[in-house]
Amino acid sequence: MEAIVLQLLSGLDGGSAYALIALGLTLIFGTLGVVNFAHGALFMIGAFCTVTLQRILTLSHTVIDDTQKDFLGNPLKVQVPYIQDWVGESAAASIIDWSVPLAILFAIPVMLLIGIIMERGLIKHFYKRPHADQILVTFGLAIVLQEIIKYFFGANPIPAPAPDAFKGSFDFGVLLGFDPNVIIYPYWRLVYFAFAAIIIAGVFAFLQFTTFGMVVRAGMADRETVGLLGIDIDKRFTMMFGLAAVVAGLAGVMYTPINSPNYHMGMDFLVISFVVVVVGGMGSLPGAVLAGFVLGILQSFASMREVIEFLPGINQVVIYLAAIVILLTRPRGLLGKRGVMED
Amino acid sequence: MSKSNFTRRGLLKTSAVAGGAALAAPRFFSPSWADGHAGYLNAPQGDTVTLGFNVPQSGPYADEGADELRAYELAVEHLNGGGDGGMMNTFSSKALTGNGILGKKVEYVTGDTQTKPDAARASAKSMIEKDGAIMITGGSSSGVAVAVQALCQEAGIIFMAGLTHSNDTTGKDKKANGFRHFFNSYMSGAALAPILGNAYGTNRKAYHLTADYNWGYTTEEAVRTSTEAMGWETVAAVKTPLAQTDFKDYVAPVLQSGADVLVLNHYGGNMVNSLTSAVQFGLREAQANGQDFQIVVPLYSRLMAKGAGENVKGIFGSTNWHWSLTDEGSKAFVKSFGEKYGFPPSQAAHTCYVQTLLYADAAERAGTFNPCGIGEALEGFEFDGMGNGPTLYRAEDHQCFKDVLVVKGKENPSSEFDLLEIVEVTPAAQVTYDASIFGGELGTCNPGA
Repeated sequence: MEAIVLQLLSGLDGGSAYALIALGLTLIFGTLGVVNFAHGALFMIGAFCTVTLQRILTLSHTVIDDTQKDFLGNPLKVQVPYIQDWVGESAAASIIDWSVPLAILFAIPVMLLIGIIMERGLIKHFYKRPHADQILVTFGLAIVLQEIIKYFFGANPIPAPAPDAFKGSFDFGVLLGFDPNVIIYPYWRLVYFAFAAIIIAGVFAFLQFTTFGMVVRAGMADRETVGLLGIDIDKRFTMMFGLAAVVAGLAGVMYTPINSPNYHMGMDFLVISFVVVVVGGMGSLPGAVLAGFVLGILQSFASMREVIEFLPGINQVVIYLAAIVILLTRPRGLLGKRGVMED
Repeated sequence: MSKSNFTRRGLLKTSAVAGGAALAAPRFFSPSWADGHAGYLNAPQGDTVTLGFNVPQSGPYADEGADELRAYELAVEHLNGGGDGGMMNTFSSKALTGNGILGKKVEYVTGDTQTKPDAARASAKSMIEKDGAIMITGGSSSGVAVAVQALCQEAGIIFMAGLTHSNDTTGKDKKANGFRHFFNSYMSGAALAPILGNAYGTNRKAYHLTADYNWGYTTEEAVRTSTEAMGWETVAAVKTPLAQTDFKDYVAPVLQSGADVLVLNHYGGNMVNSLTSAVQFGLREAQANGQDFQIVVPLYSRLMAKGAGENVKGIFGSTNWHWSLTDEGSKAFVKSFGEKYGFPPSQAAHTCYVQTLLYADAAERAGTFNPCGIGEALEGFEFDGMGNGPTLYRAEDHQCFKDVLVVKGKENPSSEFDLLEIVEVTPAAQVTYDASIFGGELGTCNPGA
């Protein structure tokens, strides 16, 4: 029983990342009709917003310390962050310690800008082109973006730890009446799950309860009619692309303490996120979220030692097997709508 | 002490055998390769000789590849008489004089392995066919090393392996034209086990997470064999996909398994991510079976440890070489490299630099670039002054036998490079094994023409 609860938690945790990325993908597909293979790169750029902020906060000047030696036996050059000179050592350490949550504030305008530039500068020219062209150009863009990141940050992962207050694990089992130390789960992963839930709820609330959201939903249902009513739907869809970029970016920012950022992390998520979108139903936002969590939980259970021993290799294919079964029984996906990508 | 086993009679004998084998064996390369040879493939014409440095310049190990390339460039500079000479000053063999190799100025071409066997073979083939490379060296993966080694054997070119840790490279997949200076999984297990026994006791239950490919299997087997021999029990060994990025699903059940040690048979990004997950799940602070829970990383790389940040603190592993060694060879190399590039070299850089010097030295002692002559000069060659103490290039499997370093993540690093501390230098004798245990046949050397 403990093992099942633990894998369920793990699945919800993994599913929250899938759901966040798939949500952004579906937003773009639902509004602009574009299959955006650069979406994983936006997730990766979000993660590197954290790294960039860390580097800004730790911009340093050099102080020679004659009491210590470097690896060549010369006096050690100690790097002292400028921020330490301005606010003092302990305040500077606290600010640097909280760089991941602070990066949320940094990433929102950066990702919005990147999203809008991407849409206006490149992707809008492909609206009327076949999906294959869109896939090729966005996939190419993804490669360009990851190579740019690699050029500036290198190929190795860069650690971006969670604030000290969120290090360690929470004894979840005690809450559920189990013995202590049976079901423990890292604080930051619980934070990530809660963060994902808030973002998902925020996006749905934005679309459901604001006039902007209502117009966007109307445009998703019937773009031409909304245009005939004199509403500039293109401008709103551009904003939705920016919003999707922000969602992907924030997913990346908060993911950095879970896995050290590297230039390839977007590609690692991309394929699986497309499976999530297809399984959820093309263009369905609730479908993307539901499929994200369902597939996350399935993957978690398939990774159990007992399952792998019974079905070797199942952990590597379970998501694709589930996708095949779901699409055979429900060809439009879990919550897909008639007419989407069927013309 | 240096010793050359190369003799004119030996070369003639080997060449005759290789010639017969070459006639009998199907040819992989086009016959046009034989053009302009002087008894062996790509015999240098004119006053230069070209070496082929095949390293990952793109892909996940690109930073390691960049460090390898720096080391190769430094080695070429030293061979051509530039810089301070580095390890040429401490190398026990004095055949290298800074006048290139056999009087020919050393030039080089580079290829990008992408850490993919197919791409690595293609780049090696291109360097051999188009650039006339006389020797291929480099790489950061056993899959790549085995693939390129096989290609060099078919082509008739010497392959001096870079970073490759699988037993198979000089075990079941060994080739007469291939040579490895780097240590292997067996040696990691043999060096680590006594240290782990002393630190954690012999009554331990281990849980292995193993990367699902060749290197992972051999490392798991080596660590299991040596730890079980001293009394540890293996409660589970789970294969993890090589492309896995988040290891939470694999780490979460570890505490409930009854294990009190987690062994991460992972390298590179896998190691960074699995170790991060293990630390996040509180395994370093956990108690199991009345003992502190422990984590072990059999193969450490400083470049990779940097990615894991403070998660490496206090965690045992093994490494081929570390810049903090204080022998004269290591100090000379660190000084040369550090002054040229501004930071200390990695173990990948060290093994690549040493391999280049060993190749050049073998050519000088053999008096030829003929792969069979160089092979004979390397087989059974004993040397010192290259950073690992007295070393033997064993003739039976072309594996170097030297001291192995057991290291631990440093608790209080003084700089971004100061991540690992050396816990013990395990003597070569303790990690030496019978060449036959991993199977495979060296075959005969192929001069390629």
